[in-house]
Amino acid sequence: MQSHRICKLEAYATISRKLNTENLTPISMLKPRIIPCLDVNDGRVVKGVKFQNLRDAGCPVELAGHYQEQGADELVVLDVSATRQARLAMLETIEGVRKQLSIPLTVGGGVGSVEDAGRLLNAGADKVSINSAAVNNPDLINEMSVQFGAQCTVVAIDAKRKTDNPDLWQVMTRSGTQGEGIDAVNWAAEAQQRGAGEILLTSFDRDGTRSGYDLELMSAVTAACALPVIASGGANSVEHMVEAFAHGAHAVLAASIFHDGNMTVGDVKQELIKAGVNVRK
Amino acid sequence: MIQIINTGVANIRSLQAAFDRIGQPWNLTEDAALIRDATHVVLPGVGAYAAAATAIDRLNLRATIVDRLNNPEKSTLCICLGMQLLGSSSEESPGVEGLGIIDRQITRFSDGVQVPQLGWNNVVPDPSSTQTVYPAGEAYFANSFRLLDPPEGWDFATTDYDGQFVSSIWRGKTLACQFHPELSGQWGQQLLQAWAS
Repeated sequence: MQSHRICKLEAYATISRKLNTENLTPISMLKPRIIPCLDVNDGRVVKGVKFQNLRDAGCPVELAGHYQEQGADELVVLDVSATRQARLAMLETIEGVRKQLSIPLTVGGGVGSVEDAGRLLNAGADKVSINSAAVNNPDLINEMSVQFGAQCTVVAIDAKRKTDNPDLWQVMTRSGTQGEGIDAVNWAAEAQQRGAGEILLTSFDRDGTRSGYDLELMSAVTAACALPVIASGGANSVEHMVEAFAHGAHAVLAASIFHDGNMTVGDVKQELIKAGVNVRK
Repeated sequence: MIQIINTGVANIRSLQAAFDRIGQPWNLTEDAALIRDATHVVLPGVGAYAAAATAIDRLNLRATIVDRLNNPEKSTLCICLGMQLLGSSSEESPGVEGLGIIDRQITRFSDGVQVPQLGWNNVVPDPSSTQTVYPAGEAYFANSFRLLDPPEGWDFATTDYDGQFVSSIWRGKTLACQFHPELSGQWGQQLLQAWAS
């Protein structure tokens, strides 16, 4: 086990050095962030596999408090509800979560306009992530950035490997049900030009599979886009997170790994520190 | 009662929630008399430099705020853009006058780093500081512009991003933070508590 860790540490250092010298941007002086994600439907946290088969994982306000105590650096809450009524309930959930949190809160899911974003910010979000609506109307990124600032404008990208060319990823919208024929890497670069402050990059292929983040996707996006990128989809171990950081991720998002109670955020951070990752203490 | 200046351009829910958690009553205000007389005032800031400066002028609050900051008998906390407004100007909004409390221009991070700085970074009070207002810690930042050189007559803390910049300054009862104490976990909450009590 010890030698395994040392090996990981060396691999991380090597890859970090490589990224440091080859990229314009240093891998970052900022602390790599650990971000638990709450998918919320009608006031409850749910988690599915490949965006389907949602199962109950608890009360969002309670979970938010737990994760903060465990040392989460930030929290993402995604509204996955389908009805208008459930969406209105979401604002209450955000208010409840905000009361608890002394760390940043990003909210997304179904945000269609600057007004929607404003409502979420008013309910207590610090950042708002936009997905399908930005694909349909890219100007929304510019409008949000001008209105609320780049630091507040997160573009979420659900990327799926193309079956005919696995070196390319296409953007998926509508919770992964619709392929857009847009290249995910180019889209990340465009989001930056339009004023986004951060990219939330989810691998559709890995989501809920526990087989690790799509590292090639991460490398491709961080090479094309200088924004902080949050890796999402597929995490099941600390090694997966170390790999994501080594491939340019600024933050890692995880749900099942925390919801299932196998590891706390604190456990994960201790392991990351042993692996040479400079997380917030 | 903490008076939070309502520039109308800042998202201050997190700040309000933070004061609620530590049991400090607050009020959102545009009233010059309240801002002049309150024991504790917050100049918050998220958003653009020009929009905030314009809002202060539109509300006719410039003289009141400047006077309060130049005669710091009462506590004032300036957060993020609120700290940048202490400068004379900013590269973000050329031609727009800051409050001019410190004789410094606010400048943009270079293209060698990711802009905005978005995430957690170390804040270290400079050893030269005469007054301790908070211990070193890890804070949440969301900024593209920053104060590069410490102003004379102020204590300061530094943070390493694109080289060292000044992440906080304090003098008498005025405290300014480039980071967001309200989003900086337990450490930030303790900072707010110490400031408010």
